[in-house]
This record gives sequence, C-alpha cells and structure tokens, in this order.
Amino acid sequence: MDKSGEAYWRATLRLLSIVLVIWFLVSFGAGILFASALNGIHLGGYPLGFWFAHQGSIYVFIALIFWYAKKMGDIDREFDVHEE
Amino acid sequence: MELQTTIYLVVGLSFALYIGIAFWSRAGSTSEFYVAGGGVHPVMNGMATAADWMSAASFISMAGLISNMGYGGGLFLMGWTGGYVLLAMLLAPYLRKFGKFTVPQFIGDRFYSKSASTVAVLCLITASITYIIGQMTGVGVAFARFLGVSSSTGVYVGMGIVFLYAVFGGMKGITYTQVAQYVVLIFAYTIPAIFISLQLTGNPLPQLGLGSDLVGHDVSLLAKLDQVVTELGFGKYTTALPGSELNMFVYTMSLMIGTAGLPHVIMRFFTVPSVKDARSSAGWALVFIAILYTTAPAVGAMAKMNLIRTVAPGVVLKDQNIYAKETSLEYDKRPDWMKRWEKTGLLKFQDKNGDGRIQYYNDKAKSPDLQKKFADAGWKGNELSVNADIIVLANPEIALLPNWVIALVAAGGLAAALSTAAGLLMAISAAVSHDLIKGVFKPDISEKGELMAGKISMAIAIFVSGYLGLNPPGFAAGTVALAFGIAASTLFPAIMMGIFSKKMNKEGAMAGMLSGLAVTLFYVFAHKGIFFIKGTEYLGLIGGPNPFFGITPEAFGAIGALVNFAVAFAVDKMTPEPPEHIQHLVEMVRVPRGAKAVDGAHA
Repeated sequence: MDKSGEAYWRATLRLLSIVLVIWFLVSFGAGILFASALNGIHLGGYPLGFWFAHQGSIYVFIALIFWYAKKMGDIDREFDVHEE
Repeated sequence: MELQTTIYLVVGLSFALYIGIAFWSRAGSTSEFYVAGGGVHPVMNGMATAADWMSAASFISMAGLISNMGYGGGLFLMGWTGGYVLLAMLLAPYLRKFGKFTVPQFIGDRFYSKSASTVAVLCLITASITYIIGQMTGVGVAFARFLGVSSSTGVYVGMGIVFLYAVFGGMKGITYTQVAQYVVLIFAYTIPAIFISLQLTGNPLPQLGLGSDLVGHDVSLLAKLDQVVTELGFGKYTTALPGSELNMFVYTMSLMIGTAGLPHVIMRFFTVPSVKDARSSAGWALVFIAILYTTAPAVGAMAKMNLIRTVAPGVVLKDQNIYAKETSLEYDKRPDWMKRWEKTGLLKFQDKNGDGRIQYYNDKAKSPDLQKKFADAGWKGNELSVNADIIVLANPEIALLPNWVIALVAAGGLAAALSTAAGLLMAISAAVSHDLIKGVFKPDISEKGELMAGKISMAIAIFVSGYLGLNPPGFAAGTVALAFGIAASTLFPAIMMGIFSKKMNKEGAMAGMLSGLAVTLFYVFAHKGIFFIKGTEYLGLIGGPNPFFGITPEAFGAIGALVNFAVAFAVDKMTPEPPEHIQHLVEMVRVPRGAKAVDGAHA
C-alpha cells in the first residue's frame, strides 16, 4: 500500500469531503433549503425543518467533530505519521 | 431579601471569584501573558474556549433576536456552531502543528512577508474592534439594568470594568478565570430556562419542552405560538424568514466561516499540547457551547410567549379572544419588571389610542384582514417597544421567577460579556505589540516594553469601541455578526489557502485579504456609517438598502470571502510561485508528527 505523504493527504482530503457534505446537508440542506418541505413531518411538537435549524444541526455538528477526530487518528496511525 | 440587594450580592461574589483567580495565576512572562504555556487539557481548554466564545451576543442578545425572528433566528444557532466543524478540520490541527502564537505570525511566516503579517494585523483589529462594540452594547444593557441607570451610563461603567479586567489578567489568568465564568454563565442561562419550560410545558428540559404540548392543552407550544403571533400580525414563528431564504443561507455561511476566522478563538488552539488534542478540543468547546445554544431557541420562543401572556393575559393559557378590549393589560397594573426596565429607556410605552391599556402587535402587518381586526379592536398602532437585547435579562422577571434567579442571570450576562471582551483585547494587544511593534517596527523592544505596548493598545481599543458602543450599529448580536463577516472575508480564506494551497504566494494572499476587507467594509459602511459613525451612511450611492440580491450587511461576509478567494487565485496565477522552502513548510504542517511544543521562545 502507498504510504507516501501524498497518499496521506489524499486520505485526509477524502475524510474532509465526507464530513463537509454531511455538515452542509444538515444545516444548509435540512435547516434552510429543504426546511419548508420537511416541516410537513413532525418530531413531537417540532416541525422537522424548524427542528434541524434550531436543534438538530447542532447535535450533528458535535458528533461530526468527534467522529472526524477519531477517523483522523486512525489515518495518522495507518500512515505512521501520528505523534510519538 | 430585596431584589436589588440580591443582585449586588450575586454579581459581587462572582466578580470576587474571577478577580481572585486572575490574581492567583497572574502572568509573569510575555509567553504566559499570551498563551498560558502549553499545558491546558482539552476539556478545560474547551470550557475556556466556550466562555471566550459565548459573548454578550450569545448570552444577552441572541435569544431576544430569535424571539423576534422565529425560525430565521436559526441562522445564529447554526452559524455560530457550524463554524466549529470547519475550525476543527480545516484550521486548528494545522495551526497547532505550525506552532506559533498568533494569526498574523502564521500569515507572516507562511506568506514569507512582513507586509502580509501587517495586513493580517489590520484585518484582525478591524474585526476585533467591531466585535467589542457589540460586547459594549451588551455590557451597557446589563449594567443599565443592574445599576438602574441609562444604557449610556451602563456603557461607561462597562468600559472601566473591562479595562481593569483585561489589563491585569493575561491569557493564563484568563484561561482559569474563563472556566469559572463558563460555569457561572451556563447556570445563569439554563436555570431560568428550566423553570420556564416547567411552567409552560411541564417538561424540565428546555430542548424537549420547546417540542412539547402547552400545559393543560392538546396543542403544542410552537403551534400555539404560531397562532398567537400571526393573530398579532407578526410572521409565523416556525417559518418566518430573515428577508429571504438566500439571505438566510448567506448569513449562516458568513457566521460559520467567520467563526473559523476569529483570532481570539483560533489563538486557543495554539495552546493545546498536541495536534490530536487540537482536533478534539474544538469538539469539547462545541459540547459546552451547545448546552447554551440548544437552550436558546426555547428561551426565545418561551420569552415571546411570556411577553404576550403579560400584555394580553389569558390569551395563551385560557384561549381568550386576543382582540377583546379587556384582554389588553391596563398600564397602571403593569408588572414591576416593566417599571424597572422603563428606567433604562430600553422598554417604552406610548398610549396611542388613549385607552390606558397596552397593545403590543405588529401594526405594519400586510394582511388587510388583520388590519381590519386591529381597527375593529380600536387599536391605533403598537404601543410597546421592547429592545431585543433586554429579553434574556428580563426573561426571569417576566416569568416571575425568584430573585436569586434574576440576580444569577445578571451575573451570567456580565460574565459572558467580560470574558469575550477580555479574550478579544488579548488578541488585539498581541497583534499590536508582538506582531506589529516587535515584528515590524522595533524588533529590539524589551519584554517589558512589549507588555506595556500591549496594555496601551488594549486601552485604546476599549476607548474606541466604548465610544462607538454608545451609538451601536445594531443589536449586540447584529453588531457581532458584522465582526464575523469581516473575519470571514479576510482571515479565514488567507489561513485556509495557506494550508490547503501549496502554491499560494504572498501577492495572492495579500490582494485577497485586502479586497475581501474592502468589499465587505464598503457594503457594511454604506448601511451603518463610515467606521460606524452615525450620519455617514451612503446608501444612496449603492442604490438603497440591501442592493446586492437583498443580502443584508450582516450577511455580506460570505460574499467578501468569495471575492477574497477569487482575487487571491487570480493574482497568484500572475505572480511568481512561493519559494521552495515555503512549499516544504506547508507539507510539514500537514503531517502531525514532530509537532513542536509551544515554548516561551519568540520566533
């Protein structure tokens, strides 16, 4: 397997793109662009689009950061560039 | 105990705590003054970052704006949290690996030019001062209520306290003080919210209460709120947009990338022990921030409900007719909290139809149907104006909560404003004394002289922002949003290109920052006055308010950032590549191994 600096950077960018896509979908997607469509669905007393804008996206952001930190740690070890 | 005495006591105790901690951990050397050594644990660092981050805008102002804006207020919630995802992935770990103290230092080294670092200092100061103006507005409101004076006097008192506070601290003092401030402010924010959520929905968790049914009703709180506010001519709470969907989109984006470009937040990530910690620190910061940010929408919605319940009793819980004459509250029977806030000049009543009762509604509602109902009810215009910035501070009073809760909220508001003002002043003083004076003009300055220069620049920054805070360009959160726009259009793109584009050269970065700054300030100053001085607006020149696709000046930072990127890449193509060693430097920064511990040495 290719363990060069370039391959490491490609793996990093791949992870970044995945995280950015989810980041965009929950906030700008579910919270803004598709909010009115999602408002037809209810989560308890919350219309779903409103919930994403006022609550849901924040929870997803937290999960995203920790998931990213973990995945990035895995990539560091795989390419043997982690801190000693 | 009487309310005023309780407030003095609680605020006094919290101050004694911060000052005690600051004194106990006073900074000795310059490096301690700025970055507190390298040994701050990610969870502690996260808590301090959260206190640093959550300012008067988050604590005092945001829920009030959400209360007025409804769904559209979500742009603050998403914008000011989503930026942490960008920060954690795009900037923090790499800046930590780079191992410098300040943003201008990074930009100066990465773009191998003292001019680039000077441009970064200029952008940093513009953004930070604008931010502090917003804080001063908030501090003014808090002190006005707390001391029972006008909001201008409140600003003067705030200037004095912020000055004492920032000048004697230093980053190390601030880190531990800020952990204490976080604890005070988060309790101050959540306790009243829990009380109010219990009162209105029977659910103690505000995050769930907002999605629950109204107490004794089969209808959800939000559905009831939607119904009542529409009857009063306001936009439907769960769908009201801030101008347009496009504006909300751009506004949110601007706040997100501004978050990742603000110097006082970025500075925090230079101080964690390792690259690994830099990544998780951002996560921890967001956890602590989210406790307030997921509570805020409940505070906003429930404050709106309680305000309406106050001026039109029976409408919400007893389903009385909102247009009936007896429904409106008699002015002479108004609750004490209204009298207290009238003194600050931030809550005003004017009896337009002379019936001695308070009518609170949107008299500019477009629907002719509604206008007819208003006319039939004998209403002659909205009679109550409530400054959005008082909502959070007045919230426990509106809900008739015990005195100690009201006092706690006052202490929390001050903690939020002071901690952020101190963090920003620290960033300004580091930029001026370290990056500008030591780095460019007078490299042989003594450590003592550097500290002195830093303190003088803090004093000037406080004076300027306090002066402008007397006639603020908007509500605290709106002004702070402008600061984010400036950071978004200048520093974020430059730092990001510095890491992600190996070939970006100094000419590109400088041209990008300067054009981003120029475009954004041009648009903002057109609306808010040149350097925010009232009366110097030039809206005529650009064709009326929000001429660019209806985008408001607070949201314009995202456009400024696009301009920044575009200009930077265009100029980069026309000028020579960066030298070989800089390209190696970028490769080095991208890999965690070999991260330098931040030591006291200046580069």
